[in-house]
Order: sequence, then C-alpha cells, then structure tokens
Amino acid sequence: MNKVLHIAWKDLIVTFRDRAALILMLAAPFVLTLGMGFVTGRFSSGSGDISGVRDIPVALVNLDDGELGAALVSVFTSEELTDLLEPSLTDDLVAARRQVEEDQAAAAIVIPAGFSAGIFRPGAAASIEVYTNPARPTTAAVVRSIVEGFLSQVETGRIGGEVTVTQLIASGRLTPQEAPAAGLEIGSRLASDPGATALIDVRNVSGATEEPARFDPLAYLAPGMALLFLMYTVSLGGSGLLAEQREGTLQRMRTTPTSGSQVLGGKLFGVYLTGVAQMVILISASALLFQIDWGRPLDVLLLVLAVVAGATGWGALLAAVSKTPTQASSIGMALMLAFGILGGSFFGGVQLPLPMEILSKITPNAWGQDGFIALALGGALSDILPSIASLLVMGAVLFSIAVVLFRRRGLARG
Amino acid sequence: MTAIVEVDQLVKQYPGAAEPAVDGVSFAILQGEVFSLLGPNGAGKTTTISVLSCLLEPSSGDARLAGHSVRTSPQEVKRAIGVVPQDIALYPTLSARQNLMFWGRMYGMGGGELRKRVEEALETVELRDRAKERIEAYSGGMKRRINIAAGLLHRPQIVFMDEPTVGIDPQSRRNILDMVKALNARGMTVLYTTHYMEEAQELSHRIGIIDHGRLIALGTLAELTHLVGEQDAVELKIAAEHSTPELLASLGRVPGVDQVTADDGTVRLLATDGNAALPELIIAANTLGVRVANVAIQEPNLEAVFLHLTGRALRD
Repeated sequence: MNKVLHIAWKDLIVTFRDRAALILMLAAPFVLTLGMGFVTGRFSSGSGDISGVRDIPVALVNLDDGELGAALVSVFTSEELTDLLEPSLTDDLVAARRQVEEDQAAAAIVIPAGFSAGIFRPGAAASIEVYTNPARPTTAAVVRSIVEGFLSQVETGRIGGEVTVTQLIASGRLTPQEAPAAGLEIGSRLASDPGATALIDVRNVSGATEEPARFDPLAYLAPGMALLFLMYTVSLGGSGLLAEQREGTLQRMRTTPTSGSQVLGGKLFGVYLTGVAQMVILISASALLFQIDWGRPLDVLLLVLAVVAGATGWGALLAAVSKTPTQASSIGMALMLAFGILGGSFFGGVQLPLPMEILSKITPNAWGQDGFIALALGGALSDILPSIASLLVMGAVLFSIAVVLFRRRGLARG
Repeated sequence: MTAIVEVDQLVKQYPGAAEPAVDGVSFAILQGEVFSLLGPNGAGKTTTISVLSCLLEPSSGDARLAGHSVRTSPQEVKRAIGVVPQDIALYPTLSARQNLMFWGRMYGMGGGELRKRVEEALETVELRDRAKERIEAYSGGMKRRINIAAGLLHRPQIVFMDEPTVGIDPQSRRNILDMVKALNARGMTVLYTTHYMEEAQELSHRIGIIDHGRLIALGTLAELTHLVGEQDAVELKIAAEHSTPELLASLGRVPGVDQVTADDGTVRLLATDGNAALPELIIAANTLGVRVANVAIQEPNLEAVFLHLTGRALRD
C-alpha cells in the first residue's frame, strides 16, 4: 500500500510542476468562469445581489385595454423590480420583436387585445406571448418566470371569482343576470393585486425549508468549467501512464520489487489525487474570490470525491485503450469536449433532446453538475446521493474494464 | 567463487518475430566479477538483461539469480538485483534527491536509512552539491550518473548496467567506467553490456560475445584473443569507390593475410604480422591503382575476435 501512495504522491508532484498542465487544469477553468461571470453581469451587480442578474432589457407591448394588461405592465415597472428589469413600453409589435432579434432585449412580451376580457369569458381566451432571446438564456428565463408567475396569479383570481359568484347566486344575494359583471370585477381585483404572491421565488429543491433560495449563475457555470477541465486532468493522467512506458520509468519500476498491481494502482490513485486537488483548489478559489456558495462543505467534498472517482474511471479506460500518449491525449481531448457538451458544461440549463439526455448519464459531468447545482440551491446530502452513487458505480465499472484491458497488455501483471 | 547468475539455454522470441532475439544463451557470472556482454546493436544484449530483470518472460530456458528463478520467483530476483537501464529512466521535473528517494522507496526502503543511502549515492556520483536541482537541468553525463545511482541505492547483490555510456562525453564516460571499477572493488558483481570493445577490455574479468541472439564466445580477454591466434588487425583507408571485390581478393592473396572485409572506404583484415605484410598490401593496392591514405595496425583485441568469429566488424 505504501508504494501505491508513493507512486501517487510522485505523480501529484510531477503534474503540479507541469506549467502547461497547470494552465489547463486551474487557470483555464478559472478564467472561463470569470469571463462568463462578466457576461452574465455577475460582477457588475451591487453588493448583496447574489443573483448577479440585473437591468434585464424587456420590451412590453400592451394591446389590452383591460385591467390585467395594465396589471402586468405595472408588475414589470414596479419599484420592487427596478434593479432587476429595464422595461420599455411600445405599441409596435414588430419593433419589439426586432429588439429581441438584434439582442437589444432579453425578451419581448406581447399582451394581446382583449386579454382581460377573454380571461373571464369562456371560449374567448387569449394568451400572452413571450419572445425570448436565445443568446440570453438566463435573463430570458427570468422574464418568462415573471410572466408565468403573473399568469398563475390570474388563474387563481379567475377561479376565485367563479367560486365567489356561484356562492352568491346560491345564497340569493346575486341574480344570474348580475353575475358576469360581478365575477369580472371580483376576479380582476384578485388577479391584478401584484402583492398577492411573490413573482420570483426559487424554492429550496428539498423542500426542507420555506426560505426562498436565490440562484447564482456562477454556481452553475463554475462547476461546469471545473468538470470540463477535470476531464482534461484525467486524460492527462491516462496519457501519463503511457508516457512513463515510453520514457522507460514504468519498466524501471517493474524491475524493482513492486508488483504490476501496485504500479497501476499508484498511477490511477495519482490521477485521482490530482483530480481531487484540482477540484478543491477551483472550488475554494471561486468561493473566496467570486463568493460562490457551493453548499455545505462536507457535502461538496463528498460529491467531489465521487465525481473524481467517476472521471478517473474514464481516465483509466482511456489509458487502457490507447497505444501511445499522443493517442491518449487526442482521444482525451475529444472526450473532454463531448462530455462537456453532453454534461451541460457549456450550455447550462438547456434541455437536451431525450436521447442526448439519456446519453449524458454516462458522463461524470452530468451527474456532477446535477449534484453541484442541487447543493448550490441549498440541497442536502440526501439530494445528491443518487449522483454520488451513480458516479461511484461509474468509476468502479470503468476501472474494472480498464484493469482487464491492462492485464491483457501485461501492464498489471504480478 | 560461487555463481550468482546462472543462465541456462535462455530463449526469448517476440511475438511475430521470425528469429528469436535471444537464442539458447547459457553462461554463469561469478560473485564479485565484472561480466561484460559485448555485441553490436541488436545482438540481444538488452533482451537478455530484460529477461534477467524479470521484465520479459523467457520463451524457454531459465535463469537463476542469487538462487532464485526468474520464472518462479521474480519478486525475490528483483530484490537481489539493481538495474541501470540503457535510457535515462528518471523524472525530469523532480530533483536528483527526489528521484533517488522515489526509487529507493520502490525498493522498499524508507526513513532515515533511505535518506542516508541517498546522500551516500549522491556523494558517490559526485553530485551532492547539485542534488536540489531538477534532473532536466543536468547535462547528459550527470543524468547518467544519477541513473546509475538509482539502481544502487538498495545495495543489490548484482547490478545490471545496460550500455551506460551511450551518448555521453568522454569525461563523463571516464567517470562512469571509474565508478564501475570502484563498485566492483567494493565487492559488487556487475553485468555490463556494451558495444564498445575498449570498455569490455578495460572493465571485465570475463566477456561473453553475443551476436544475432547467440553467445558465440566466452572467456577472459586473454582466452578470447587467443581464438584469433596472434593475428594483428589491420585497417587501410582508401577512397570508398575503390573497395571493389577485385581489391579485396588481391589483398587476401598477400601471404599471412586472412578475412579481408571492406566498409565505406575502410578495409579491415587480419594478418599474422601486420608490420611485415604492410608493404605488400600497399603494393597490391597500388597495382590496382588504389591509393592507401592511412594505415592502422592493432595487436590482437576483441575487435579482431569478433571479426574472426563473425566475418564482420563489431561496429557493423
């Protein structure tokens, strides 16, 4: 066991003395996270505004002459959302859409004519249209959630109005002829009260607390980048095994009283240690410098240990199927990018088509991303247990396959 | 003296190869001696050492080192040997001291004893004052010395040195040869492979000459040179285009001359008395219009032995 640790420790030192490797392992994810932080406006927000999203440009087209259209406009122009939104009112539908297409607005909201009247008249329903800007997925999603919150409130008011009118008619306090006017008034009053419910309120995913949790976009971006470049690290480790074979140090190790299993175990444990060190450094640095709340440290550490195990399994398999260090590096780079795309490192929050969604489950990135986001939203250990279990199983299966392949090549003999 | 290495009909054939790399080699190395395997590149020296180091499994035959079979007790064999590989097998971004500490640990050493041995090894290779520097900053000769030190830390019963002087400057080469002598003087048994005849002559108690995977001669320097009698090795330098079969045949007809070969403007032959044959050799060449630019006469040596046994020069 001592020799396994000595080999692993040696590899950790060798890797951390490789400047090119350090740039890709630590500097690249850090810089990319920093860049994305600027893009999302995370670093331009005021203190205490952890969401980092502010001054979202929204084009509002209100063609409705009723109370609900006015109520939705008042929501978007309200005092509470002054920092978050930057609404512009217009009657020109084409101009509003152009603002979105030309990336001048995150979204355009079109309240159709007769929207208020249609809500309480059966068969005359009209719907609000939201044009979202695909270049601004995060801020567009915020706008959409505000509209959805409003509509939810309207629906509550509509049902409340119907129930109230029905009860009034049944008690004889209201005649059926007076019902439409009374229902419209009651429903409108209930629906257009902007203070009735919170419009932006991301709830804790575990439901363990009623405290509303605010979401930091960097808490999505930073794990994505860290996981992306973790795959680089394990690829480097895999090619390192083959490089030792090329340089003759692997053969020299095998002329010492060190078994093939100890050599292989040490090399792979070295990859694991390096991956853990990389993740811990990135997480600690981003927590300190970017004030990212990753979640409870112990839970984060457990997830890191699991995600690096899954990734190391891929590194081991990569080394086992490659013939030269160059080949391992090339395959590793392709794997890193493919897993980054599948696992959501580049396009966080985008819903993949079902087959891709299923395929993404073979990547440590997808499981790791899910786990880190759950923790960032205040999730508990129980919320990330499926991710941890899946990653450990992934690591064990891939490691076993790699050992069989290594034995066939005579690398793990003895 | 007892044999510490006994090699018995060792054969190693690589998958897909037409001929075995090592073909029925047998020899023994006595405790305390320097034994050299001498042969040209590709003769089977490194493969032999690889089998004796338990890196390769023999196709047939066996070898026993310090009483342990490479087939049945590889871990015991590995504890008894130290291996200095042909190529520098060190970690360039680690310092010399870190490299030696790592290799010592691979031999199962640790603690104060390992630290002490590392300092001794650094002293032996005269690099203690540069022990903190990374290997990548060292010259080729310094790397070679650390490469050797890494194989000696655990004080093996026998050390294998596979062409340890390849590609280094004359001064470093001299240092390494002196180091081998010093190690042997302290009682260490050495198996030394080389294609440099001079190194084998200078260092070895006994020499095995290997070619095409076969051990073609074995003995002390005196015993081997006796194989070619008292013949001198003669070299004639001529223009490359003049080394025709007609010239070689003409030189071969000179009395007392044997085994005439030519290689890129150098004609080599064995002569019972090189000095006596020289005038006639030059006349024979001149008769064919060939001008001899330079002449060298070497008294019986391993080059002559190899030429005698194989019909080829050792450097071919």
